[in-house]
Amino acid sequence: MERRAYYRNGTLPWLLIAPQLILVLVFFYWPTSQALYWAFTLEQPWGGGNSWVGLSNFLSIFGDGRYWATVGRSAFYAIAATGISMVIALTLAMFADRALKGTKLFQSVFVWPYAIAAPAAGVAFRFIFAPEAGIIGSINEMWPGIWNPATNGGHALAMVIVCHAWLGIGYNFIFFLAALQMLPRSLTEAGAMDGARPFQRMIDLQLPLIAPTVFFLLIMNLISSFTDSFGLIDVMTEGGPINSTEVMVYKLYVDGFKGLDYSGAAAQSIVLMLLVIALTFVQFRWVEKRVHYN
Amino acid sequence: MTAITLSSVKKRYQKTDVVHGVDVEIESGEFVVILGPSGCGKSTLLRMIAGLEEITSGTIAIGDTVVNNLEPRERGCAMVFQNYALYPHMSVAQNIGYALKVAGMPRAERDAKVLKVAKSVSLEPYLDRKPGELSGGQRQRVAMARAMVREPKVFLFDEPFSNLDAKLRVAMRAEVRSLHRGLGVTSVFVTHDQTEAMTLADRLIIMNAGVVEQVGKPSEVYNRPASLFVADFIGSPAMNLVRGFFADDGYFRHGKGGMIHLPTIAPNLLSKEVSVGVRPENVRRVPAGTKGAINAVVDYIEELGASRLIYADVDGSRIVAVDSANDALGTGMPVHFAFDTADLHVFSNDDGRRLDIATGLAATAALINA
Repeated sequence: MERRAYYRNGTLPWLLIAPQLILVLVFFYWPTSQALYWAFTLEQPWGGGNSWVGLSNFLSIFGDGRYWATVGRSAFYAIAATGISMVIALTLAMFADRALKGTKLFQSVFVWPYAIAAPAAGVAFRFIFAPEAGIIGSINEMWPGIWNPATNGGHALAMVIVCHAWLGIGYNFIFFLAALQMLPRSLTEAGAMDGARPFQRMIDLQLPLIAPTVFFLLIMNLISSFTDSFGLIDVMTEGGPINSTEVMVYKLYVDGFKGLDYSGAAAQSIVLMLLVIALTFVQFRWVEKRVHYN
Repeated sequence: MTAITLSSVKKRYQKTDVVHGVDVEIESGEFVVILGPSGCGKSTLLRMIAGLEEITSGTIAIGDTVVNNLEPRERGCAMVFQNYALYPHMSVAQNIGYALKVAGMPRAERDAKVLKVAKSVSLEPYLDRKPGELSGGQRQRVAMARAMVREPKVFLFDEPFSNLDAKLRVAMRAEVRSLHRGLGVTSVFVTHDQTEAMTLADRLIIMNAGVVEQVGKPSEVYNRPASLFVADFIGSPAMNLVRGFFADDGYFRHGKGGMIHLPTIAPNLLSKEVSVGVRPENVRRVPAGTKGAINAVVDYIEELGASRLIYADVDGSRIVAVDSANDALGTGMPVHFAFDTADLHVFSNDDGRRLDIATGLAATAALINA
């Protein structure tokens, strides 16, 4: 039973959707078209317009070992941040779902981190992980040099990943909790009658049944760690030390706005965009088709 | 031997008492049905036996073991849930075998056992299907097979047939009955359907508002209801219950000045506020002018095919009678009823309990216009 409203006036509907349309055009399609233009052209050395260079911008970034290093780093970052965030969120959601004391409170408390802007969280985590102060400071006093994200690339990357994961927990938690609460309680009760302990029930019964949600969150988290990591890295490490936290999105910013290599940066952003589009495509094709149990 | 012992079992959620002190002993091999309206605490009681619900106070023992603090898996009970609660992502075989898998039984042994149980409820052609591909009755069988495969000490059924259509329900009833005869496992079955309860039960536990109203064989419960609630709840159409008192002139006074000639009732009941009850199937139609007959006016008639129900007004009180005659009878017409005083039940209006009239009643004079 579909009821449609028809407009007799031809311009009114266009006026009504104009604000949204203008937003999308100005902030998405126009920059994208500019990026495409830059990616396939090169600005002449002394100005005077761009000349068409075909795929040579892409060939040069693909031929660059440092670019592939950022790709690898991005992949590691994405997998680690997604993994940590989802596992912790799932654990918390499991506890909240088991209706332990204070569940109502936790349901809202766990979501709050999601409302914190990445740069703000980045500043906070910089303080938390500062080698010279706080609990880490006293650990460093006992074992000098055991933790210093300012000089150790591994430490710096770990710090950013932990912060990124922490920021995502609230979002993941809400989805996991909603999915778990959609499962009829009698299913876990049947599992309990069948003799399965809580952890086994989680593995055998709950996880397979919330698989669509797990998959959805997996994709969303991966996408977010490819794109949203920029704010965090810019505030916390600026890609350093020695590029050890330079992921794809940060390298394209540095190359474009610091190195003024617009064409190279545009090519990188096209690659990143294709990656995100591919992930979104997988999400739509796979998740939408997955069996939903009723 | 006693299989399940409940002693003053109580359940309280925050501030509301759901079950107020239940004492029941269930014999080994018995098929007990807990019957009551929705919200009477019957499912809660069952879930407390299963271990899915904590017991606020009192003790539950299965065999000789007090199970209050045992996890469901340690109690040796299997349960069939109202909505079947099958694992939707597992095949029928996996559903049935899950308990065995959890228990760590080797695969070959497990498969053999699953097959055997599946055969006993004629499910073997469907072993590879998912629950979503089965009909309601088949899902019900999977749920039962899943309970049976563990060879439990006790079967618990939580309104298992409420999602089935009427015909299937009757079929499943017979199936459960014959399974119980075959396995002889102590069973506790919760339902709000009295036909289901009457046909299945060795013994009935009738609950209302968290209290056990009566425990007894179906025939006992039907013939000698222990309280007003049971009298009203058991039997369809429900028992005729009329509030009033026995006057010393040999009449029972009720409604708006209504009088029923009941001359020989116990003197100990005189002028007490009581309810008298008689089942519609025990109310007879008699010809006009019969001595002592109750004169009533037809309100309306329900045709049932083989018989009909006459809803009639007796001086402001409603009387229902089962009538097998097929003469023309319609709204506003006079009818005349009689019944044997042996079929009369008397209940106190104060606490709703049954009042014994047999002792005070002269058996010989028990018939009105015999």
